[in-house]
Amino acid sequence: MHSVGQQQVFSNRAIVIGCACALLPISFFLALSFGTVSISFSDTLWSLLNSVIVSEPASGTGLISRTDLIVQQIRLPRALLAAVVGALLGICGATTQGLFRNPLADPSLIGVTAGASAGAALTIFFAGSLTSLSGLPGLGLVSIGAFVGGSIAVILVYSLATNTQGTSVATMLLAGIAITALAGSLTNILEFFGDEQILRRISLWRMGGLDGASYQRVAIAAIFGSIILVILPRFSTALNALLLGESEARHLGLSVQSIKIKLVLLVAAGVGISVALAGTIAFIGLIIPHMIRLLIGPDHRYLLPISALGGAILLLLSDTIARTIVSPIELPVGLVTAILGAPFFISLLRRRHEFGMR
Amino acid sequence: MIRRLLDIDKVSIRVQGAKKSTAHSVLVNSVSCHVNAGEVLAIIGANGAGKSTLLNAIAGDIAFTGNITIDGVSDQAKLRARQIAVLPQLSLLNFPYRVSEVVGLARIPHDSGRQRDDEIVQEALTLMDISYLSERLYTELSGGEKQRVQLARVFAQIWQQADAPNGTRLLLLDEPTAALDLGHQKLLMGAIRELASHGVAVVMVLHDINLAARYADKALALLCSERLAFGTIEQVITRQNIKSLFDVDVHIAQHPEHNSPVVIGL
Repeated sequence: MHSVGQQQVFSNRAIVIGCACALLPISFFLALSFGTVSISFSDTLWSLLNSVIVSEPASGTGLISRTDLIVQQIRLPRALLAAVVGALLGICGATTQGLFRNPLADPSLIGVTAGASAGAALTIFFAGSLTSLSGLPGLGLVSIGAFVGGSIAVILVYSLATNTQGTSVATMLLAGIAITALAGSLTNILEFFGDEQILRRISLWRMGGLDGASYQRVAIAAIFGSIILVILPRFSTALNALLLGESEARHLGLSVQSIKIKLVLLVAAGVGISVALAGTIAFIGLIIPHMIRLLIGPDHRYLLPISALGGAILLLLSDTIARTIVSPIELPVGLVTAILGAPFFISLLRRRHEFGMR
Repeated sequence: MIRRLLDIDKVSIRVQGAKKSTAHSVLVNSVSCHVNAGEVLAIIGANGAGKSTLLNAIAGDIAFTGNITIDGVSDQAKLRARQIAVLPQLSLLNFPYRVSEVVGLARIPHDSGRQRDDEIVQEALTLMDISYLSERLYTELSGGEKQRVQLARVFAQIWQQADAPNGTRLLLLDEPTAALDLGHQKLLMGAIRELASHGVAVVMVLHDINLAARYADKALALLCSERLAFGTIEQVITRQNIKSLFDVDVHIAQHPEHNSPVVIGL
């Protein structure tokens, strides 16, 4: 008894999944090809193939050509990092919105993003004089700082909002606002006392940027990112039931309290990693899941993976624009995602009644 | 063969966090009653008498003292969800699920397979007269339509006796008729009686005394957190009890076609 409407949903899903799968390699290729130095598509493709088939160098001299250097050493790691970070932001946003039963919730609302960047800023401030932060130990230190800061923020928000009765979503959101304000003012104080170089580093971090991309960062992102991207979709059914309400989900046989703790920690880890590796990038975790939900509905079995794909596509395209629009100057990608995202989001809000959202 | 499915023995519930037991901190005070398999129990009483609180305690949502025993209930959450379905008073769902998806959520604790689940969802939709809404968005529905979707969902959760471990099936409904028109009230009560005839024990909070009188087997009257009366409809729905419960003078007549009492306000 499948009606026309149901087939409509299935074909909608198929179209959206197909588009996302096609757009990801296209946007990835655009990110490699465009930049301050424009490289033709055929050269980009050739260089990419070269990097895969390393056994046979293109020229007999053993020297790496300029094109190969740009594509393989600068743009490829950056594009890979953008894809993973975008995917993490997309899937973490979708998870947070399900967890809070609010289609407008976002990891930054529960204080994870602010906590992570405060942790990063603290590390830059205190460790900046000890080690040079450009090296791998420095980068690792800042990453750990961001990760710890994000986790502390979540644990703090969570312990404020949770008691034996369960977690109050409203209290958690309010606590998140308080933590965001606290972490923000902490970062501001550090900026006030920091010297010019520290100031610049901290503010670049806060605006977001992928310019520090390297294969080391890509490796960290790939390992931890793929763990989170694999684990989160396992909670799809639980998130579907949670949308009904917490006691309803419990009556459907789910151990709601433990599921919520796991989801909160996974989101903290995902956002912490992305902040550590690429700084604060706004709007992706808010817009992508919202947009996908309007297209295919709130079923998390589809929403989570497609949000990951959509986040990767949006961040790749945004970063390409950030690198090229006022070339040779690079804009922080967070500015571009906000400028791209905000009008789109507003137009979705205006049309929300067509999709049954209030 | 009578099987006592739900036994509530001297159950008391206090406001969470209240240290001293003052008159206001006790929500339910030492209430006892029982429901057999295949029976429908209506809980009646004034606003704030503790009806929903007692129902929440049976559902396992809040702490209580005393004993609530459900015969044959599983200690595994997933299996228990195949035995007990709960309709809350207020639905929080504000995501644009399709109606069929909302009802389909009821099959989460089951392993009956996609095809069987789809069949059960369609049957539950038909039972609640909402199959024509199947592909509409839940958020676009009226209050009464949403209520019927939620009812179809809880029915679909305990649809088959075979799915429930030990054949234990308990349905808890908090004001299921609140948003329904007269026709759909009758439809719902018919569906509840049908489930009961297949061995489901039903506990429902009702404000409409005449619906309770017509369709329930037993009634529990709560007055200011305490049990005023418990027993058959004839034992509970009396002039004195209605006067004590609601401070209203009534005349108790007999239903022209059924044997049940009819409460007429004076």
